[in-house]
Amino acid sequence: MGVLKVEDLKAYYMTDIYGIKRTVRAVDGVSLDINENEIFGIAGESSCGKTTLIKVLSGMVIPPLTVISGKVLYNFKDENINILSLDKDELRKTRWEKISYIMQGSMSVLNPVRKIYKTFQDFVEAHQKITKKKDFMRKVRSHLEKLGLPREVLKAYPHHLSGGMRQRVVIALATIFRPNVIIADEPTTAVDVVVQRGVLQMLKEIQEEQKNTIILVTHDMAVHANIANRVAIMYAGRIVEEGRTKDIFESPMHPYTRYLIASLPMIGDKSDKVNIPGAPPNLANLPEGCGFHPRCPYAMDICREKVPPLIENEDGRRVACFKGRDCGK
Amino acid sequence: MRMKMDGEWHALRGETVGNNEKLFSIKGVTKVFTLGGLLTGSKLTAVNEVNFDLESDNPEIFTLAGESGSGKTTLARLMLHDIEPTHGKILYKGNDVTKIKKKKEQMQFMKEVQPIFQNPFETFNPLKRVDRYLYATTVNYGIADSRNNVERVIDDALKSVGLSLEEIRGRYPHELSGGQLQRVSVARALISRPSVLIADEPVSMVDASLRMSIVNLFKELKEKQGVSVVYITHDLATAYYISDRIAIMFRGSIVEMGSVEKVLGNPLHPYNKILKESVPKPIPDEKWEEKINLSMLEVKEFSKVGCKFAGRCPFVMDICIRENPKDFFLDERVVRCFLYVEKK
Amino acid sequence: MISVIIKDLYRYDRRFRFAFIVLMGIVILSILSLFSPYDPSSSYQVPVNYPPSVKYIFGTNSRGQDIFWMMTFAIRNSLLFGISTALLSRVISIFVGLTAGYKGGVTDRILMSINDSFIVIPLLPLLILFSFMFKDRMNLLFLSVVMACFGWPWDARLIRSQVLSLKEREFTRTAVYSGMKALSITWREHLPFVMPIVFATTINNMLWSMGLEVTLAVLGLSHINTPTIGTTIYWVNQHHAFTAGIWWWIVAPIVISIFLFVGLYQLFVSLNKYIDPRTRLLRIGG
Repeated sequence: MGVLKVEDLKAYYMTDIYGIKRTVRAVDGVSLDINENEIFGIAGESSCGKTTLIKVLSGMVIPPLTVISGKVLYNFKDENINILSLDKDELRKTRWEKISYIMQGSMSVLNPVRKIYKTFQDFVEAHQKITKKKDFMRKVRSHLEKLGLPREVLKAYPHHLSGGMRQRVVIALATIFRPNVIIADEPTTAVDVVVQRGVLQMLKEIQEEQKNTIILVTHDMAVHANIANRVAIMYAGRIVEEGRTKDIFESPMHPYTRYLIASLPMIGDKSDKVNIPGAPPNLANLPEGCGFHPRCPYAMDICREKVPPLIENEDGRRVACFKGRDCGK
Repeated sequence: MRMKMDGEWHALRGETVGNNEKLFSIKGVTKVFTLGGLLTGSKLTAVNEVNFDLESDNPEIFTLAGESGSGKTTLARLMLHDIEPTHGKILYKGNDVTKIKKKKEQMQFMKEVQPIFQNPFETFNPLKRVDRYLYATTVNYGIADSRNNVERVIDDALKSVGLSLEEIRGRYPHELSGGQLQRVSVARALISRPSVLIADEPVSMVDASLRMSIVNLFKELKEKQGVSVVYITHDLATAYYISDRIAIMFRGSIVEMGSVEKVLGNPLHPYNKILKESVPKPIPDEKWEEKINLSMLEVKEFSKVGCKFAGRCPFVMDICIRENPKDFFLDERVVRCFLYVEKK
Repeated sequence: MISVIIKDLYRYDRRFRFAFIVLMGIVILSILSLFSPYDPSSSYQVPVNYPPSVKYIFGTNSRGQDIFWMMTFAIRNSLLFGISTALLSRVISIFVGLTAGYKGGVTDRILMSINDSFIVIPLLPLLILFSFMFKDRMNLLFLSVVMACFGWPWDARLIRSQVLSLKEREFTRTAVYSGMKALSITWREHLPFVMPIVFATTINNMLWSMGLEVTLAVLGLSHINTPTIGTTIYWVNQHHAFTAGIWWWIVAPIVISIFLFVGLYQLFVSLNKYIDPRTRLLRIGG
């Protein structure tokens, strides 16, 4: 069952300062089909457009970001939501109850001068009236318990907690309404490796218990390998490959994905790793045709002129490459 | 056992018997910061009794690995003579670094020990052109004087990192990618022909597709130009890939140190074991098995007496809480853990 | 270079266009003072209290002076006064701010103690005292120097805090490891970031000093025979122009000073936005 459908989304940043016009094509024709009850990973480097994609998916389209074309349609059991057509109030209602958002850097979500339980109160009150305080606190405590967080956390201020604990509190906040979709934007980039493991395990458990959808966006491929069911690889504002995690890692098809997987270092492996030649393109100045062709060893003439479409093959894998299956042959 | 141990210990610590000139010799270095005011402040031991050496005849890549708060950045600043140790000695080529007072000596030291910073976009002034630092380094350290020579020196340095003066001339930082900027940073550091590069998280802010090229560059610098690199990181996978020796740091102490194959291949210290297991592998079939237990209050861990890891350690014993663990030597490594007390 | 900047701003920034036109007008007026047919310090040159007409554009006042030509002198003197005070105090504040920020330690503390003592001194009573002490020698230049000596502390602190934060940034360390000397780093690496503040405070200072001059003059404590906006208002009061119905005499300086102040302020806002390192980055395509 599809819970989110993105159709040929194009979202650009358009600025005009002192006569200098710039158009940054951050999301340049993205189509996605995300199912219920799965962890969907979006992988890509720092300038591939994934941050902008998330902004649009959660409805935060503020100028100079403009949606040029395309649709973002959510399909929940009892309603369909076109997030780009919602007004401010409807958006506020949808956020947190149906679609919630976990970001990098937990401190910006937690109010540093309020105790944690008050922050929970603030969040909930923005959506529902709290009639019985005792019931509410009981609910919050049991929610935290289920997630393995000690109840002392509620009485503390954010700066008393370690970074990892703060991030987990933020996840608890994001899941208190049991939303249908959780968008996690680099949730573990700012934390240590051991804490990362704890945070990711928590996310996995929540997903297994609530049976919702998690859209996990991170540049760290090893994280996707560990918890994502399906992964989409983004490059230069477009999706270049998408499929089941196992397939992507074991038999990557797009040249960029193949390079990426081959260059991942691992403990125990001292063999020479390749590096991808060239540099990621500037989104304000994208090349004609396929975004990867300047760095692709298999580039053909057609790659320099036309944008390769994302084509699905029998195994459910989608690749945007004119060579497709025959890549490398 | 003991006698054999001594010889091995010297070797693993970098000292070769009989040769006194180490490139760097860190002996019992401790750095304590006082937070807060004179009357109410608390003390934070950022670096706790750290010992290691770097060889001068064999260039090597030595990794200081650890999470944030482990003290690795403080240790780097101590080695660069940015700050001074509270106790202990730092010797560079036999000379005490803390005794450097005169400008001239400081310049000589900086010429031979150069840093590489984490954020390539902050390393350079965003309002100024990038090549200015290259010119400044060349002229200020007296590497070249006439105009032609300066440009040639800069071009050579840039070529050794895979760039050229043509590409970089007149560019501002925002016109280059993170990978390119980091390479320029390395090129600048190489101009004065240093013996040691101290690289603090040099690839953590660089895109994944460009990361390996910088990491491979360090490998090349060691092999072809004989430059030693102190590689500071929290990324154990890249550390394994390029280092010869590694020191794992936890809350200011080096808990395990030795060759990278041994330390990461077969970890002895309990923290190191958990660390290694927690590194996510890029193989979908090998996911994490067990759940782990996270500490709640960071500050508590720092001020406890005894081993800082005792709160989380699955093998904790009474003595761990009472006393600070000492360094023990076995299997060609140093481990700071009471589990490995040498049996008499 | 400067003409390119002015052209850019004129075309794209409405505020700047307004400010530019207004200030150009004022500067032209002050230049006209060089062509005045009357000596500003003399009086009873023309018939008294004539309302504005073709012959006397702004009318004449009770002292028998042509208000239009008097205004040209007044504007010129006020402008020059403001500029000189601002420039002088800039020099002091940049020097103190940069040195305190970069050196730190004992130097910083000494400089900041001096700084803070100056802030605390109440300026108006002091100026009133000075004007009684130096009644005759109190000309505009003297006043300007005195004000400059008191107009620097606020801005010195601003500059110092900017330098303090710049010192912590990584590119300062890169500069150190490139062998650059401390002074060179402060001047060449940090100054571009400090410039917007210096610029903002220059105009701010001008506005402040001109306002203070008007206050002093109205109280009769400045050199009343030198025409400035303030002294004009003093004479208006002396001759009870309002009750006598000679409205054109008071309207002229007030309208002009409104234009001057508003124009300067708009200039400050638009230029500040332009120089700000963040928009600068966007401009060069960052």
